Amino acid sequence: MASNPPLIELRGVTKVYGEGATQFHALKGVDLDIAVGDFVAVMGPSGSGKSTTMNILGCLDVPSGGTFLFRGHHVEALDRDQRALLRRRYLGFVFQGFNLLSRTSALENVELPLLYRGDDKKARRAAAMGALEKVGLDRWWDHTPAELSGGQQQRVAIARAIVTQPDVLLADEPTGNLDSERSVEIMELLTGLNRDSGITVLMVTHEADMAAYARTVVHFRDGLVERIEAQHPPGAPVSAAAGAGND
Amino acid sequence: MLGTTFLLAIRSIRRHLLRSFLTILGIVIGVGAVVTMVTLGKATTAQVQQNISSLGTNILQIRPGQGFGRGGGGPRPPDFKPEDVTAIATQIAGVTAVAPQAQSTATAIYEGANWSTTINGTTNAYFTVQPWPLASGRYWTPAEQSAGKAVCIIGNTVRQNLFRGGEAVGLRFRLGNVSCDVIGVLSTRGQAGFGGDQDDVVIMPINAVQRRFTGTRDVRLMLVGVDQRYANASVQASITDLLRERRNITGGKQDDFNIFDTKQISDTLTSTTQLLTRIVTAVAAISLIVGGIGIMNIMLVSVTERTREIGIRLAIGAVANEVLMQFLVEAVVLSMLGGLVGLVLAQVAIGALSWAGGLPFLFVPDINVVAFAISALIGVVFGYFPARRAAALNPIDALRHE
Repeated sequence: MASNPPLIELRGVTKVYGEGATQFHALKGVDLDIAVGDFVAVMGPSGSGKSTTMNILGCLDVPSGGTFLFRGHHVEALDRDQRALLRRRYLGFVFQGFNLLSRTSALENVELPLLYRGDDKKARRAAAMGALEKVGLDRWWDHTPAELSGGQQQRVAIARAIVTQPDVLLADEPTGNLDSERSVEIMELLTGLNRDSGITVLMVTHEADMAAYARTVVHFRDGLVERIEAQHPPGAPVSAAAGAGND
Repeated sequence: MLGTTFLLAIRSIRRHLLRSFLTILGIVIGVGAVVTMVTLGKATTAQVQQNISSLGTNILQIRPGQGFGRGGGGPRPPDFKPEDVTAIATQIAGVTAVAPQAQSTATAIYEGANWSTTINGTTNAYFTVQPWPLASGRYWTPAEQSAGKAVCIIGNTVRQNLFRGGEAVGLRFRLGNVSCDVIGVLSTRGQAGFGGDQDDVVIMPINAVQRRFTGTRDVRLMLVGVDQRYANASVQASITDLLRERRNITGGKQDDFNIFDTKQISDTLTSTTQLLTRIVTAVAAISLIVGGIGIMNIMLVSVTERTREIGIRLAIGAVANEVLMQFLVEAVVLSMLGGLVGLVLAQVAIGALSWAGGLPFLFVPDINVVAFAISALIGVVFGYFPARRAAALNPIDALRHE
């Protein structure tokens, strides 16, 4: 697993909302490298720019200035649909509020990204069941979100995020709506995916407990990266953690 | 990609069955109403035309009196003379035949059964002016006609009631005081255009009816066959002139007879029915448009309500066009579904209304196809705006939408 060039490179990324007197500088020049296979926790008070950064990293938003390289390609120049295709191919999303389609079975929810990818029915079913198995919910495949607990819903969401075998899993406060026991389960699931499947995980959190699972913690303050810490989470291979910490 | 979009649309419709049903209700009613109205209109027109043509096309009916009925007050205008019949037949160009008619009523008796019916005395010309094939038996011969023999050709209603539906040709029955031989049975014609059963009739040579029933040689009614190559109106004008002269009507005095052109009546009735059909169809078409607006309304609400879902789809990697197509296909599938249900309901309504109105059941393929196509078109037109709105959503805002 080579880590050069980095999977993601942000260079002097700025983001400005509004115009004139009401202009707001959400990002004031962010530099950030993320290596393949890293598990990054993004922390910071609200308004620090962490959500804006995550939106840009998730290709949902474009920077106002600076460059964003993903696998060596400039993302800031891509249009809406090109970014959508990039998300479809390389990214998976997990949200705080789960964001599953209501009245839709777990299986159909997990299948959704594959539908857009144009897989045939058999391949879809197989991949979706595989993803559900990975999150330990294959026996619940026909349940709708309303019939699942919060923790289960988040696991379905994770299955949906990984069903396309993305390079990066972006998780926006994935445990924000869960109690501590479920939170631990979700974090262990993410850690396992990171370790076993090599998925790079980017996670926004404001809980230090959750950030403790990451190998790299990026602290944001006032639209800038304040500091980057490398740490040795329990169960993580030391060498990978050391590699990430070299930046 | 279209297959996927179609699948997504079906799933979404299935998830919101009640809402989907309410959405398509307008289209169901619109399509149903248009198809029902057009079909019933066509059935009515066909019925009117059939009724009129059962009177015979290219026929002029001449009666004493002014206009329909007898006209108000005054002495009743005299009937026609046999000489009038000959004069019209021989002197007017474009006349193929003239059938005089003398009418009476009498009770027919056969074994235990009796039946009161209309007696129509006429000549063989009657059957050439307005062809009326026989179900069995024969027409009378010229000899029987001039001799005024009591030979009858009976309508099917008479056969049913007097002979209990059995074979009647060759049997003899009593008609009033006259003993009468059945030589033919007419094929069934059904209801006349203006009510009355055309099959409830006994047709005899006019001489026999005049001698044994009416007691005069007068002619109540003449049917004039007009050659296809001549215009009914010009033949009608010539006959009017001739009859005015023969009946001594001079100067500004009004005709004391009337000539009734079946073709003209047929045309008038047909165009009236068609006009009515068009008006009712237009009203029904408006309800289709209202149905379309209903779809747009619900789709707009649906886009707002499903903002977060759209956000999820966009985040997962749906491109704008896929979201647009999903909502568009959803609208089209919904409206086509509505169209389909409307078509089915229309056939039911047409069946029921035709039965109630005594009309033949008609299936008009064109209008069904057109109405269905329009329902699909409505889906495209009224689904496009909501779909574009959905596709234009910003994924971040959409995901944050509560």
